[in-house]
Amino acid sequence: MKSGLHRVCLLAMLLIGSADARAEFGGIGRAPTASELQAWDIDVRPDFIGLPAGKGSVAEGETIWAQQCASCHGDFGDANHVFTPLIGNTTADDIRTGRVASLKAGGSYRTTFTKVSSISTLWDYIRRAMPWDRPRSLSVDQVYAVLAYLLNLADVVPADFVLTEQSIVQVQSRMPNRDGMTRDHGLWDVKGRPDTRNTACMRNCLPGDPQVSSALPAHASGSHGDLASQNRPFGAVRGTQVGAAATPASADASATSALPSALNANGCMACHAVDSKLVGPAFAEIAKKYSGRADAESYLASRIRDGGSGVWGSVPMPPFPQLSADSVKSITKWIAQGAPR
Amino acid sequence: MDRDPRAQVRKAPENFLDPELLRSIRTRGLNEQRRRLIRGAFGAAVGALAATARAAEPDAGDPDIVNPTPWSTTLGKPVAFKPYGEPSRYEVALARRQSPGLTSVAQASVSFAPLQGMFGIITPSGLHFERHHQGWVDVDPSRHRLMINGLVGRPRVYTMDDLMRLPSVSRIHFIECGANTAMEWANVAVPTVQYTHGMLSCSEFTGVPLSVLLDDAKFERPKAKVVLAEGADGSGMTRSIAIERALDDVIVAYGMNGEMLRPENGYPLRLVVPGVQGVSWVKWLRRIEVGDQPYGTKDEVAHYVDLMPDGLLRQYTSIQEAKSVITTPSGGQKLMGPGFCNVTGLAWSGRDAIKGVDVSFDGGRNWRPARLETPVLPKALTRFNCDWTWDGKPCLLQSRATDKTGFVQPTYRQLREVRGTRSIYHNNAIQTWRVDASGEVTNVQL
Repeated sequence: MKSGLHRVCLLAMLLIGSADARAEFGGIGRAPTASELQAWDIDVRPDFIGLPAGKGSVAEGETIWAQQCASCHGDFGDANHVFTPLIGNTTADDIRTGRVASLKAGGSYRTTFTKVSSISTLWDYIRRAMPWDRPRSLSVDQVYAVLAYLLNLADVVPADFVLTEQSIVQVQSRMPNRDGMTRDHGLWDVKGRPDTRNTACMRNCLPGDPQVSSALPAHASGSHGDLASQNRPFGAVRGTQVGAAATPASADASATSALPSALNANGCMACHAVDSKLVGPAFAEIAKKYSGRADAESYLASRIRDGGSGVWGSVPMPPFPQLSADSVKSITKWIAQGAPR
Repeated sequence: MDRDPRAQVRKAPENFLDPELLRSIRTRGLNEQRRRLIRGAFGAAVGALAATARAAEPDAGDPDIVNPTPWSTTLGKPVAFKPYGEPSRYEVALARRQSPGLTSVAQASVSFAPLQGMFGIITPSGLHFERHHQGWVDVDPSRHRLMINGLVGRPRVYTMDDLMRLPSVSRIHFIECGANTAMEWANVAVPTVQYTHGMLSCSEFTGVPLSVLLDDAKFERPKAKVVLAEGADGSGMTRSIAIERALDDVIVAYGMNGEMLRPENGYPLRLVVPGVQGVSWVKWLRRIEVGDQPYGTKDEVAHYVDLMPDGLLRQYTSIQEAKSVITTPSGGQKLMGPGFCNVTGLAWSGRDAIKGVDVSFDGGRNWRPARLETPVLPKALTRFNCDWTWDGKPCLLQSRATDKTGFVQPTYRQLREVRGTRSIYHNNAIQTWRVDASGEVTNVQL
């Protein structure tokens, strides 16, 4: 029931003559400025709306690639040690047909170029999120150049190609999987048609005895650590004890790990792993290399603070002057102890 | 039967007490001398227990009843000793965990929620699963903005102050990663429900309905088909969402389970897109653009595309269809022994509320309806329970959800007939747990 007050308010709104249905939100929010829109509205659609003008050559892209991209993606974009590979498993025939044949054959090896249908996606993503540890540090022309280099690696454009806001439209028609997408499914609309039609049968629903077709192989039983420690030691059930030698699955509770918290807090683990090489060397390898050095801790502290290159290959270690002395000490001490897990 | 020794109710350790001492305690109570004798006897008994089982003193009691415990005989800690409370130190087993080898770098990875030990339907915020694309960030709320632009009559910028002054709603919804259960498409790959189904959480979210903000920005109703949601993190996460969803029940949320969102879950602002896979619930939400066609973002073209047997990639698959799983007993757990067992689990559907859950103990031949616990809400986790008396024989446990649209959760066979085994996303097949004669539960497929 409408109160008298409500009627008064309604009358007041009519008298003011406001057509604004949301007048009650007065004082909340404001219009963005042109520069604000320009700063944030950077998305590029498959129809190229949003794409800024610019240009970059394959050669320019190769230079940027070697400096800023190759450490994770490999010199030729085909590495898989950090991320899934970008380049590979597409053919000249795919470029001609617009469908990547290997996807039909099971798609057991899927690279970015086997899947991507719209070139705008690559431009948009490189622009907004790359490089991995310094997103949005590339200029518009550098984004064109890096993408030109990738397109050349994928045999979509020749080595002397210059990618621009004009030429990118033609390149779209050479994307290997440009016709490889479908939206014919029921999972976009909440009222969409499901793929399957199971029934809620209650009695004698199977012809024979059910047969187990897949179980975890014995050699994989310890793959996720001791399951006893992943269940309460009291209550309705217990966790299964899996071989005492099994390594525990990493919980984010720091109590289960010898790793100094400074490693994860400061992004060190984005490039280094404990036991294997990622972008930078494994901590275990660093520990081994400097195990005999009396000044190992102070040497490593200077490398963390000031950065360096040449010791472990061509990828430079960026300087981390912002790390506190305590954080640096916790890391160097841990490495000097052999980088235990 | 090989039972976990910790699982059994053991003989009360009073039987380590000398009968003479027991009589003296009963008649004359405890004094310091008798306390010392108990402590000494207990120490000796702990050693002895390991070697031999001892005959029980007929009227001996449980030492945790008969003997005073430290917590009942000391002064407890003061209020606000921990200004922000945390779980008991005995609860360390329940933690988010990574699946070893799944990803190379933990900034673009997943941690799974420990469903095997959780109760009810609400996920404790500290156990909410994580999926980050370029690491998580802790955004300064005073510097956070939400922009609405595109096909709108008046583009808007809101501060957190603005958003938190607006009318709010609080609703309980599940969030499930589109890749939940992805590792199991072709065969069994991981041992426990934490890893098979743990990219699943459910919370009460509080915030402003997106429809309110779209109205405030005067979106262009006939032309608008899609909204693009964008995050403020390094990945600048972007996903396209159907305008019908955006105007229905989508929330621009700042609250989760009564407090602000956790940084790992998008503090101070995330999109809540009920029923739709988690990747669309953009965290650290900073921009909504209204458009007339989907945006073809990285996670709509290179990832989160479902490979079909004909080689086509399904794009913009979004809705999480009805699914359920038994959380206890489940893979990696062991029953205490034959007898009563409460079978419990979770069911959910991205299309509506759960109508019913059936449980099978013989691999899907016969089914029994489970009890649904309240609340039973649309697009929220629903807890089910089913009484069971285990006879000690091997069996195959399954649960099967039906939602209010009438859709019945499919078997692996039915799902694979349409989608093959390589599509990664949207695996909502019926899960089977095998119980062997020892009571050990393992993950199997039929």
